[in-house]
Amino acid sequence: MDFATFLIQLLNGVQYGLLLFLIASGLTLIFGIMGVINLAHGSFYMVGAYLAFSLTGLIGSFWLALPAGVVLAVLLGIALEWLLIRHLYRRDHLYQVLLTYGLILMFEELRSILFGDDVHAVAVPALLNFSIRLTDTLSYPVYRLAMSGVCLLLAAGMYWLIARTRLGMMIRAGSVNREMVQALGINVGLLYRLVFALGVALAAFAGMLAAPVASVYPGMGNQVLIISFVVIVIGGIGSVRGALVAALLIGLADVFGQVVFPQIAGMTVYLVMAAVLLWRPRGLFGSA
Amino acid sequence: METPRALRVLLALMLVGLLLFPLVGERFYIQYATKIMIMAIFAMSLDLLVGYTGLVSLGHALFYGIAGYALALAGGDAAVSLWWSLPGAMLVSALAALVVGVLVLRTAGIYFIMVTLAFAQMMYFFIRDSEYFGGSDGIYLNAKPTMSLFGWAPLDLGNQLHRYYLTLALAVATYVLLRTVLRSAFGRVLIGIRDNEPRMRSLGFPTFRYKLACFVLAGALAGLAGYLTAVQDGIMNPEQLGWHRSGEALVMVILGGMGTLAGPALGAGALMLLELVFSIWTKYWQLLLGGFIVAVVLFLPGGLGSVFARRRGGAGHG
Repeated sequence: MDFATFLIQLLNGVQYGLLLFLIASGLTLIFGIMGVINLAHGSFYMVGAYLAFSLTGLIGSFWLALPAGVVLAVLLGIALEWLLIRHLYRRDHLYQVLLTYGLILMFEELRSILFGDDVHAVAVPALLNFSIRLTDTLSYPVYRLAMSGVCLLLAAGMYWLIARTRLGMMIRAGSVNREMVQALGINVGLLYRLVFALGVALAAFAGMLAAPVASVYPGMGNQVLIISFVVIVIGGIGSVRGALVAALLIGLADVFGQVVFPQIAGMTVYLVMAAVLLWRPRGLFGSA
Repeated sequence: METPRALRVLLALMLVGLLLFPLVGERFYIQYATKIMIMAIFAMSLDLLVGYTGLVSLGHALFYGIAGYALALAGGDAAVSLWWSLPGAMLVSALAALVVGVLVLRTAGIYFIMVTLAFAQMMYFFIRDSEYFGGSDGIYLNAKPTMSLFGWAPLDLGNQLHRYYLTLALAVATYVLLRTVLRSAFGRVLIGIRDNEPRMRSLGFPTFRYKLACFVLAGALAGLAGYLTAVQDGIMNPEQLGWHRSGEALVMVILGGMGTLAGPALGAGALMLLELVFSIWTKYWQLLLGGFIVAVVLFLPGGLGSVFARRRGGAGHG
């Protein structure tokens, strides 16, 4: 492997990892703070991708479709939490698994009714539709670099939100002791609704960002769902910082696994996870 | 937990119904009923882990699939005898469960869910990407196992009706076996571990060994289901080990009611029958099935089986 190829794979791994982080951070927040195992999280990623596809068609601009899609995703999150998820907080985790599994089926079928079962493409926005030349034969698309940049900005924003703001303080407190926070006069129900909506919006935003490079297709949510769970477990459940480290680890392991051990490429991610968990049974940043 | 009387009556009626069903059912429905009973075996074996021992596995299809592959590799082209291939395939699953169990039982809770998933996914990709196992196309079984014993062949597995009755007999046997195991001292210890593992340990029970034995038994019974699937479908492909298969079984267990043996069997029947009915009725059956599952969670907190339970204060399991 020469240096240019290595660089391209490195960038791909980082970009994939950062995208996984967006999806996984919402999942880890919803689990860590609300205690809800959300299997439908992959569906929210799919919803985002299809929103990007349909809104870009409707509005005619990818740049306007992004904020519109985020608003719709937040509304979807609020509605789902109010209708269904809030009834699950005091229930066994396995009922959360069952309900959100039912949601996966419903989202897949709604997708099929609304958009059919074909693969759709979303055009890369013209502003970013060019490549940087690395050597005579190799180049790297700028859109992917921009994706990584946006993901990094969001990661920084989330760190700031959780560690530095009053809302973040309430969120952290709510994850430790729901009753006590409630007793102090904070509306925990509203707080949970916000966290859920934030998680949905992050996953949908990841789907929208990925749409131009990964295209939009049936079952795309299921593929990222399992990998996102792998990420949050490696990172330690509830830890956003852990999710970032684990997402980058998994992104790089997946990309380099395909280059270095093509015959067992599919296994690399799970080998990494099994190794990490046998070494640290609560993940890299999990609390003992 | 005692099986409620109403549920026992229902089970007895179902058994009679299943014995008589081939008299009236068309070939397609006999085939479908066979598949339901196979999934019922698989779901019951998973419930031993999930409902009775508190070990939520999302990788149970590993032991299901590996037994099917063992049969496909041993008897892909030539017919093999059921009398050694069935115990052999279950032994393969049991050994796999022993190795995986030693590793995964070090973790607990959601981490256990994920590590079991990790091992199953590793095996899934290993088999899918390997020439030896036929890659993603899988392996065809061109000949069904024979059941001849010293020249006497009670059943011909090439015949759908015979496969139906073999599966029914094995499903009942699995139910009886698990019921016996759970009523024994061993079963009581498993339930004790589910409810309070530190207490069981301080009472002097080597809980790790109990959990491992339980994991191996559940793996072997999953192997039975996988073997029957290979016989029934005549093909084994990697999807049978995928997380969807494990997830489906878990859904059957929770839907029917964890911690009862009849519940998972009921869950398997309900899920697969609804899938059939909805898909005959409408093209958009997934929407209805998903809606049904959501409704069960919201309105039947103990799963489908709880309809039959008499109301006594508080649900009995965690």
